[in-house]
Amino acid sequence: MASLVGSRVERKEDTRFLQGKGRYTADINIANQTYAVFVRSPHARAKIKSVDTSKALKSSGVVGVLTGKEIAEDKIGGLIAGWAIRSEDGSEMKVPANPPLAKDVANFVGEPIAVVFAETLDEAKEGAEKVKVDYKVLKAVVDPAEAMKSDAIHDGVDKNLCYDWLLGDRKAVDEAFAKADKIIKVDLINNRLVPNAMEPRACVVDYNTASEEITLYTTSQNPHLSRLVMSAFGGVAPENKLRVVAPDVGGGFGSKINVYNEEIVCSWASKKIERPIKWVAERTESFLTDTHGRDHVTHAELAVTNDGKFLGFKNETIANLGAYARVFGTVTPTYLFGPCATGVYVIPAAYSNVKAVYTNTAPVDAYRGAGRPEATYTIERLVEKAAMELGMDKTEIRMKNFPTQFPFKQTLVHTVDSGDYVAGLEKAKQMADYAGFEARRKKSEANGKLRGIGVSSYFEACGIAPSAAVMSLGCGVGLWESAEVRFNPTGQISVFTGAHSHGQSHDTTFAQIAADEMGVPIENIDIVHGDTDKGTFGMGTYGSRSLTVGGIAIVNACKKIIAKGKRVAAKMLEVNEDEIEFKDGEFVALKSNKKKTIGEVAFACYLPGQRDEMKSPIPEGDEPGLIESAFYDPPNFSFPAGSHICEVEIDPDTGNVKVEKYTAVDDFGRIVNPMIVEGQVHGGIAQGIGQALHENTQYDETGQLMTASYMDYTMPRADNFPEFNLGFTCTHATSNPLGVKGCGEAGAIASPPTVMNAVIDALGGQEISMPATAEKVWKACKSIKKSNAKAA
Amino acid sequence: MFINFTYGYIRIYSGRRRLMTKVTLEVNGKKVSKDVPDHTLLSVFLRDNLNLTGTHVGCDTSQCGACVVHVNGKSIKSCSTLAADIEGSKVTTIEGLAKDGKLHPMQAAFKKTHGLQCGYCTPGMVMSAVDLLQTKKNPSDQEIREWLEGNICRCTGYQNIVAAVKEAATKM
Repeated sequence: MASLVGSRVERKEDTRFLQGKGRYTADINIANQTYAVFVRSPHARAKIKSVDTSKALKSSGVVGVLTGKEIAEDKIGGLIAGWAIRSEDGSEMKVPANPPLAKDVANFVGEPIAVVFAETLDEAKEGAEKVKVDYKVLKAVVDPAEAMKSDAIHDGVDKNLCYDWLLGDRKAVDEAFAKADKIIKVDLINNRLVPNAMEPRACVVDYNTASEEITLYTTSQNPHLSRLVMSAFGGVAPENKLRVVAPDVGGGFGSKINVYNEEIVCSWASKKIERPIKWVAERTESFLTDTHGRDHVTHAELAVTNDGKFLGFKNETIANLGAYARVFGTVTPTYLFGPCATGVYVIPAAYSNVKAVYTNTAPVDAYRGAGRPEATYTIERLVEKAAMELGMDKTEIRMKNFPTQFPFKQTLVHTVDSGDYVAGLEKAKQMADYAGFEARRKKSEANGKLRGIGVSSYFEACGIAPSAAVMSLGCGVGLWESAEVRFNPTGQISVFTGAHSHGQSHDTTFAQIAADEMGVPIENIDIVHGDTDKGTFGMGTYGSRSLTVGGIAIVNACKKIIAKGKRVAAKMLEVNEDEIEFKDGEFVALKSNKKKTIGEVAFACYLPGQRDEMKSPIPEGDEPGLIESAFYDPPNFSFPAGSHICEVEIDPDTGNVKVEKYTAVDDFGRIVNPMIVEGQVHGGIAQGIGQALHENTQYDETGQLMTASYMDYTMPRADNFPEFNLGFTCTHATSNPLGVKGCGEAGAIASPPTVMNAVIDALGGQEISMPATAEKVWKACKSIKKSNAKAA
Repeated sequence: MFINFTYGYIRIYSGRRRLMTKVTLEVNGKKVSKDVPDHTLLSVFLRDNLNLTGTHVGCDTSQCGACVVHVNGKSIKSCSTLAADIEGSKVTTIEGLAKDGKLHPMQAAFKKTHGLQCGYCTPGMVMSAVDLLQTKKNPSDQEIREWLEGNICRCTGYQNIVAAVKEAATKM
């Protein structure tokens, strides 16, 4: 039987999506449902003096109005930070309470204050307009760089500082810097982004008054985690009385990891008003309240020798957490960032110091890459600048500092099991025709254009994550994954996974894996996910973990199916178990060559009794049925890596930057479905180019979000991109039996520095911040002209 | 209490006046007629009144294109079209594209080239792409990219969508 793993299998999920048969949360309607509209703070920082709901309650069609007062009275808990990070001085991080409905203070524009339920959406909107909130507006803290010098926005959080974290050895770094020939320095802003999954967040809640069970349909990347948080911290319902269903979800990119205020409030309220509730975010609500990404202010230095050897690295970063610390909010700028900030290089001494601050802006959390794009941007800007200042070729300086031995003990935390960074960069150079760049540059110059080339090499720690490691670093849960394989008597198989697909194609790739493991047609396999009532527990999908953790759980459950199948087949074929070989879906008795297919064995597993001549096929000590489950906890992170090369052409008259060529060579270990992997890389690169050239989240000095719709926030569109040129190298991961490393985030990690390095190269080394919009680039071109004129 | 109007009527609804309109359309080959508030958008009419939830709403501001359907054969954004405004028109939604259980060539091409991931922008993207090929038989890459400028996809980086349109162009 030909292996499906490694083939371009077309997606099982496409047939429904392409015909409009996907079932997203907003598509769900429940008889007798009410519609929820939230009353949100129009101020970034304000005391809530009073909330008057009397007029709203009398408004046409309004069924109920609830505020922070009622939710506090019912002792419903708030939103949580999932990781406890300690400061350098050993003190614990400072986390303010984050109630689902703000009662006393509002801390960002869009924070929910009250909620109105009505018979129709229009009536709920009208009702919400009649809720009168009396605010005392306070001066907002908006700029993260100024936050530590500003008023404390939360009681008990001095200087707005959540933690002041250090990873690495300052003394060793000082010593390394003392020996350096040259110190390369950069000051960077990693621009704040809005993840912008195309499906706005939504929830539909149905409370069953008889069973007292709440069913929450929601746009989540991790329904089990949502249930856990809502039950353990929210106190909304016991876990066994709370069913969370994340049906088809239209993209996540990190913004759908968190349990949000609206899900807690609607779940709690559905029980209170004894009516189903539907809430669907408008796009501006998503902009205001979805967790944002990035938002770092960084000063970093690289100590180098004159011949381009790296000696030491230091990184001082202020990370903006927004108004509250959320699930991955505190770990994203620390353990997901610091360890990767030394990049793919041997650097003997390094440290990362991160001060995480609260501001009156939307909470910041994981966004595709989470910490690793910021890390890669920091080191790759430094390396490129080092090459420029030392007059070295930008690929040569990288090659010179790559590790050549694996496992590679990276400076700060990770031991990278496998990789071949030299091969990746060599391949990228060849595919990008790196050698031919100078000729292309001259041609652009002849046309009055500026052409630049940029390189970046990255690695990332993903496959999140080994529980022992992450829990020792402050994670509140283990990050294993579970799977269950139910082999039904008729040969149809349901594979349950705790991972969740919101575009990642699990219906297909997981089925490929299970089909290969059990030697059955892929059509016989259904992947089931996204419903806490169906699957066993699971941690969901983020951090490129679905395949590397969830996929391995499926492999292990399949192996248990085969192991039991062997015992049963041995009894059926009347031979010893060690005389049975399993191959291509058949259990074969080696001596007699008698066979039983896995389907026959599965059927027999459900017939444990003795009947006439037929003996029970179930060996002594085994149970009937053929259902196996596995919990897989990875022994290490996985470490995808690669090198990307970008060429841009700038029109100095308009400042417009055109991405002319983009080459990506990635090492994701073994590839299950090349077609799907390519799609993941395309999407990641596009998001990264979006960050580098187009996207920016802009608050004004009072904390109003100026970019709260697609008319103000530039989403990259089809005509912003060239055709991306992809290549792969493959070194198998040694930490898992499939040899896979994960591919979901790599594009978004590697591309921002690649593009920016190209832009800065085109500008002759003039620094410019992301996004390199036409306006900024045009100004830079003008200042170059001026300085050239002066020099002449 | 109902008061007749030129088209539609005013309903006195819980003390508040709401204009209601009778909207009649041919949707995916079937004649439908519904009384709806006259500010009802076509996207809402399709999703809430006809339960055709394949048409998605991604932005409410006519920017993202997830809501694109065909009205009298031309692609339009249903989130910024009043249902009453297209009274009597023929509407095709993503649900009406496949015929006799067979995917439309554009749908088949999206599947073949992996032109979709989360599937949310897909209905609008497909409907927009079908209109492109009706308008221009063999568009260049650049023409495809420019045509699809009004449809935002956050997953695919557009590359495989462009490939899908080119693939479909060989079949349509």
